[in-house]
This record gives sequence, C-alpha cells and structure tokens, in this order.
Amino acid sequence: MSVIEEPRTERRAGEVGASRRRKDAQIKLRGQVQYVMDMEMPGMLIGKVLRSEVPHARIVSIDTSAAEAMRGVVAILTGDDVKDLEHPYFGHAIKDRPIIAIDRVRFHGEPVVAVAAEDEATADAAIRAITVEYEELPVVDSIDRALADDAPILHESKVVPGLFHGLGRLPDRRGNIGYHYALRAGDVRAASADADIVVEGEYRFPAVYQYAMETHATIAHYQPGDITLWANCQHPFLTQAEIADLFGEPIGAVRIVVPYLGGGFGSKSYTKMEPLTVALSRKAGRPVKIVNRVDESMVTSRRHGMVCWMRTTAKADGTLLTREARFYLDTGAYADNGPRVTATAADSAPGPYRWEAVDVDANMVYCTTAVSGSYRAFGATHLQWIGESQIDEVARRAGVDPVELRRRSLVEKGRPVRPDGTGKPLDADLIGDVEKVAAAVGWDEPKGRWRGRGVSVGLLAAGAHPVSRASIRMTADGSVEVNVGTTEMGQGARTVMAQIAAEEIGTSSDRVTVQGADTRFTPYDRSTGASRSTTLAGKAVQNAAANVAARLRETAAETWGVDPADVELRDGHAVCGDQRMSFPDVIARRFGFRGGEIIEGGEVRPTGGQTGSYAEGPAFWEVCIAAAEVEVDPETGVVELIRTATVADVGKAINPQLVERQDEGAAMQGIGNAMLEEMIFADGLLTNDNLLEYRVPRIQDLPGEMTSIIVENADGPGPYGAKGCGEGALAALPAAIVNALADAGVSMNELPVTPERVWRRLQEQTNANRTEETV
Amino acid sequence: MEIELTVNGRRVVAEVEPQALLLDVLRDQLGLRGTKRSCDVQVCGACTVLVDGGPVSACTYLAADAHGREVLTIEGFAEMPEFERYADAFERHAALQCGFCTPGFLLTIKSLADAGQLRTEEELRHGLDGNICRCTGYRGILEAAREIAGVTR
Repeated sequence: MSVIEEPRTERRAGEVGASRRRKDAQIKLRGQVQYVMDMEMPGMLIGKVLRSEVPHARIVSIDTSAAEAMRGVVAILTGDDVKDLEHPYFGHAIKDRPIIAIDRVRFHGEPVVAVAAEDEATADAAIRAITVEYEELPVVDSIDRALADDAPILHESKVVPGLFHGLGRLPDRRGNIGYHYALRAGDVRAASADADIVVEGEYRFPAVYQYAMETHATIAHYQPGDITLWANCQHPFLTQAEIADLFGEPIGAVRIVVPYLGGGFGSKSYTKMEPLTVALSRKAGRPVKIVNRVDESMVTSRRHGMVCWMRTTAKADGTLLTREARFYLDTGAYADNGPRVTATAADSAPGPYRWEAVDVDANMVYCTTAVSGSYRAFGATHLQWIGESQIDEVARRAGVDPVELRRRSLVEKGRPVRPDGTGKPLDADLIGDVEKVAAAVGWDEPKGRWRGRGVSVGLLAAGAHPVSRASIRMTADGSVEVNVGTTEMGQGARTVMAQIAAEEIGTSSDRVTVQGADTRFTPYDRSTGASRSTTLAGKAVQNAAANVAARLRETAAETWGVDPADVELRDGHAVCGDQRMSFPDVIARRFGFRGGEIIEGGEVRPTGGQTGSYAEGPAFWEVCIAAAEVEVDPETGVVELIRTATVADVGKAINPQLVERQDEGAAMQGIGNAMLEEMIFADGLLTNDNLLEYRVPRIQDLPGEMTSIIVENADGPGPYGAKGCGEGALAALPAAIVNALADAGVSMNELPVTPERVWRRLQEQTNANRTEETV
Repeated sequence: MEIELTVNGRRVVAEVEPQALLLDVLRDQLGLRGTKRSCDVQVCGACTVLVDGGPVSACTYLAADAHGREVLTIEGFAEMPEFERYADAFERHAALQCGFCTPGFLLTIKSLADAGQLRTEEELRHGLDGNICRCTGYRGILEAAREIAGVTR
C-alpha cells in the first residue's frame, strides 16, 4: 500500500509504545456495554428462524397456516417472499446464497422460514407450528463424496460474481469445485529428478467453529429508501453495499450501526444474518431482532475442513528442491469467503522457503454442509502445519537440526515471498524470530524419551484491500473525536486508535474518544479483519491527525507571526520558544470565539497505478512463528503442553500489553485448533452442535509456560512502522505442536491431535515396527 | 407463579412462568443485561450470577428456585466498594478484551475468594475452569485473579 500524505512521525506525546488501559474497560467490567442482543428499538419484533432438518432436499411444501393464526405473530417469511427481488442471492465473492431457502435446501440448518412476533415465546411457538415437507436429495457431506464422478452437482446456474471477491476473473465451476487457484513456478519434475529425500503424505484438517461468545445478532428496520441495521458485523461497509445491492437501494439508503462486538474471529466478517433480518422486517413493516443460538451460529460460519496431499523433495544434505500441494477445502453449501480462503491457503502452501520449483493446486469444494467462511488466520492455519511437518521430516532424514535447516532455507528480508516473484517482498526477519522462539522452549536442553520440541515458520497474506478512511474532529474544548470504521471486537482497536491520534496531535489519549462505525457518519473502512486495522485504518487515523495538527500549528503560527514548522504540539498546547497556547485557545483564536472546530480527514488507498488486488498484495506479510514443547503419555495418548512460545512481529507495538494479549489469545485458539476442536458431520448432520461436545480451550488447557515475544523492527507499512498481529500465533502453534509430537516419536497427519488419535497412531507405528522386525 | 427474591440488595416480586430461567427473568423482566447468554448449556460461564453467594449458571437455573434467595449480578457487584479492587486488577492486567465473559469471571472470582477457595494456583485454575474466555488466552485473567486473591506463584 502507499499513502497520500506522509505525516511527521517524531514522537511527541509518549502515547505510542505505552501500555495504556483499555478505553472500554470500565463499561465492560461493569456490565454496562451494550451488545446488539442487549438493544431494543421502539416497536421491535422478535424474529426466529426455522432451519432445515435435512442436509439436501427439494422443498415440496410449507404449511404456515397454524402459525399465521396465532395471536402476536406479525410476519412469516419464506423463499416466496424474496422472489420479487432481482437476484435474491448474496455473497461478497459469489452470489450463490439465498436470503432464505428458495425451493431447495443445501445444508442441515439452512433457514427455511422466519417468523416475526411480538415476543420471543410467541415466535418460538409459531416456529414449532410450521411444517415443511421435503423431498430428500443425495447427501454430499464430504470432500470425497463431492468429488466422486456420480456426485450430485450442488450449484448448476452460472457463477454470479459478488461485489468484493477481489480475485480478478472468477473461473467457471467444474462439478462441485466452485473455485480454483494455482501457484506455479519452475519445473517440478525436472527440479526433483535428482532428489535424495522425498516426503509425501495426505493430511486432514477438520471443520472448526470460531465460537465468538456473542452469537450473530441483528436488528433491522426496513423502510423503502431507508434501511437501518444494528448489527454485530466486522465489515459494516461491505455489508452496507451488499444489502443495498440485494434490496435495490442506493448505498446511502442503508445505514449500519455497529456497537461493541462480543468477539469476532472472522465469524462476523462479510454478510451473514443481515439479509434475512432485513427481509423479515420488510415483510413485517417493523423493526425485527434476530439473535442466533450457539447451534445456529455454528451453521452460520465456520472454518473450512480440508484434505491435502503434499510432497516435498530435497537433496541428501537437506537443500530444499520442490514443494507440491493439492488440496480441497470444504466450503459447505455456499461460497462465502471460500475463494479468498483458497487463494490464501495456496499462498501459505510453499512456506517462506527458497524453492527450485513449486506447484500448488488449490480447490474450493461445495458440500451439503454448513457454510464455511473466515476464521482467524485462514489458509495459513490449514497449510502451515502440513508444510512445516514435511520440512521437519526433511531435517530428520538429512540429519540436520530443524532450526539450522530453516536458517539455511528461509527467504531473506527484501526477497520475494511468492515463488513466482509477484507481490510484496518479505518484510520481516524470520530467522531472528525462529531463534527467539526456539530459545524460549529450551531448544538445546536435554530431554526425556517422550518429550519433543518443534518450531514452525509461516507467513500470512495480511491487510486485505488497502482502503481505509478516517476523520478527526477537535472540538472547542480541545477534546478529540476519532471517526474510524474499525469494529471493536475485543482487540483494543479503539484504544490503539486513540493513542495514534493523541501521539500525532500532541495530546493525551484520555482526551480522545473513538466510536463504533455508523455508516451514515463514519468514513469508509474496508473491513476489520486480516490483521489490518492498526496498520491501515491506523494509518488513516494518523494522516487525519497530522492534518488536524497542521491546522493547529497554522493558527498558532499566524497568531505569533512565526513559521508553522517552528510550532510544536505537546501536552495539549502549541509551543514556540517561550510562547505557549492551549488547544482551546488556538481554536478560539481561529474562530474568534469559544466555538468552531477542526475537522480533517485521512486516507489510505492504492496508488502508483496499483489496484490493491490480491496479486499485488499483501499490504504486509504477517509473521506466523511458534515453538512448542510437549510430552506424550504413550499409555493414554494424552499430550501435555509443557511450553509454548510465539512471536508478535509487529514492527512497532503501539500498545505492547494489548499486543501481548492478542498474541496469547491467538496462541490459545491455536491450541484449540491443534488439540481439541472439531466439528463432526455424519450424513450431513452436525452432531456436536453445542459447547458440551464441541470443546474449546479452558483455563486448565494453558500450557505450563506460555511466552509471547514482541519483535519491533519498525518494518511495517502502518503508523510508526507498525504492522498487524493477532493471527500469526494461531497458524503457527498447531504446526509447532505437530512437529514437537513428531520429535517425541508420534507423527500425525490429522488434526486435532486428540489422545485417541495419538494413541492409535502410536499403535500403528508400533505394529509397523513389529512387522518390519519380523520381515 | 409469583416469586420473591432479593436482587442486588433490593427486594423484587416477579410473576414468572414455572419454567422461566433466571437468566431471562434478570435480562428481560428486570432489565439487568450485564448477565450474558451464550452456550445455554452451563459450560461457558458468561451467565454466571451469585445466588446466596455461590456461583450459578443463570441459563440453566430456574427463576422459581431463586425464590427467597439473594441474587447478585454484575450491576450489583459494581456498586460495592470492593469492586474497585477487582476492576483495577482486571484493567492493569488487560484481563478483558471483548468483555462478553468478563462479568461472569468477576463474579466467579468474587464468590470463590469470599469463600476462601482461591488460596493456591491449583485452586485458581480449578475454580476458573468453568468460565470460558475466547479472546485473551487466560493469562491476563489469571494474573488479575492471583492479585485479587493474594496468591503468589
């Protein structure tokens, strides 16, 4: 990305680099913060959704007569009610998902009927009184089934591109393969002809649920020419455009207000329950609130399951030659963010190594399962553990220490990351980071028979499309309002934005307020995800703040008859030599009375002929580096996590404590993905749709020792050299755990590494060894 | 049915259905929305409130069972002088992110600390294992809880 105005970056206020307390701490601690589920609007109805009981079927008939007769039921919505819209299907990548099932259902849990009633009990009763007759169609509940020659095709109509796929021309579907992305460089066959070491295998990654503790919640009020939503969405401006497009309104007619979110992790990215809620409000003519239960949110968004074949070749001394990967991601019934996940996964498949040749074949597959979308560190989490376990196997066979092999083979700073040389060159010191995490888990210390240590290295294409705007208003009392579209979902964005603005203006972050997005007033921000907010939205805030500072200096300089460049701003004052004037006095000078205000904007956008496309990107490479130490109990298969270490290679930590907490949170989710979490589908039905059977990490799952290392090399494109964090540890830790397990003698090719899987793998290995001995 | 209970120190008389959950009565009838709903199956701890001083999951606790008892929610706890010590520890250790689980954690810690059940690191980890936080990775929460309970590692 590039930037229009380059602000002065010397530090004045001591805000940047300080672990300021969260600006939202008090209201959150006191239970005063309002999430969407806590909000009410005048005249608001409660919406409930009847979801498909079968994974794949034609809808024969829907009988809503009993529900309609109930007192307090105001509206009942079915597929017939959206057929008047020009194209009642949405999806930012591919418009393939109906607002509500139209004549056919493609997954267990798909919305079939929605009811709006005066209260929740009535809505629930109405839902129970509705009967739907289905004619079942064949279930396609796994990648293997979807790719079979005789598999039923889930989407026959032509591909309708969404507004924001950002991937150039979308290829046509091939059977149930809805998107394909290839990454090729060199001649794999020739380059691997003389390989001494060949590591090859098939690997499986399960479907995983983000589990933001606050489920999806939307309040919508539809009026012709004026659609208002209060929604817990991460990307309000993209959702605004999609709603406008769906309901045939100009973008400005759609207003989305985003309060605090109770976690996101990608589950609330792009558009989810908003279209259905708007359609129900359109039918009811009143505001409607729909709040998902956990089992409903589980089928609203999840991480893609994956089957992957990979082969790595090397010379006898461990010199890397080629990497091939072919993988299939289960996107469920509709594309959602599947194409982007597929492309990002392909980018992660080679890993940041120097190869002679690379051949990556990435595929998104439709199945009759719940819809997959974004989950923190998508793509990288899928591929890194596989690629890195093959790197470790090369090291083992070559007799080279895994850290040493990486030292020899990793891409160096400033060199291209993508094997074909396109996109952003490496902007981080990977080798330095690996050495830090290895040391933190006692890499060279002696260890017992069932103890193992592993490291892992990867990169995540971060930043998404580089467009963010912000505006800042300084009012007559010298206080500052930052208007930026970033969604506060726990990461601390509002605190960090306040610190950036305060630093640039020369005031205290206590004097700064930051509100959530209201698309009617807040300047555009592409999205909150891809670790982009501090880097891109933060840069827009910094630019806006620099412009506010310029106005303040200008007025002070005029007053004193000096050059604006000689005016400094610090501690809420303009200062030049012995002269000193508070910001309220500067503003009073500017307007001639104690009123008026300074409003300035800032922007980040692609420049220099660039388009901000995926191919040109990423805005920065997020570093995914971790190390782990484990101990295996061979009797039970239980894996104890002794030590973990992760790196937050952030360029510059605006708020070090918040960086550390983000990194630890990502690490904990990495532990969940590696060791605990798995959505289990049987015949297309999600069998563990609750938190009893879907187990996420609890406090007792903390490793014995968890280290988070902040690295500040000022090599990011964001304010003060910052770049994003919060995803890397999630991608890196499963890989480090799998490598540590292999070091302890158990090589795994399927996640999560539950005790049962580890125990079975140990039996297989023991039996294989026995057979070898007998032979 | 009519129930009579004390909520945050105030006497409350409420007309509830026999099957009504304490969580719904607190949130919808009494407007105390600091108590959060998430898992609905007594796993996540977001809906933790104290009944006669002990932590319960309001999502699976019948309102009728609270008849004659004392209920403390985050709104009530936040009015107590000792709350400041809890809040300060949580703030300084950045023990919260999205804030959705935070009231539940605070009330669980208060209950166990008051009962003298947070004396060691083991008791801390055991006692807080019924509250899920998806954001923080728990380290900040542990640090804050150690400080509140006076546990040294």
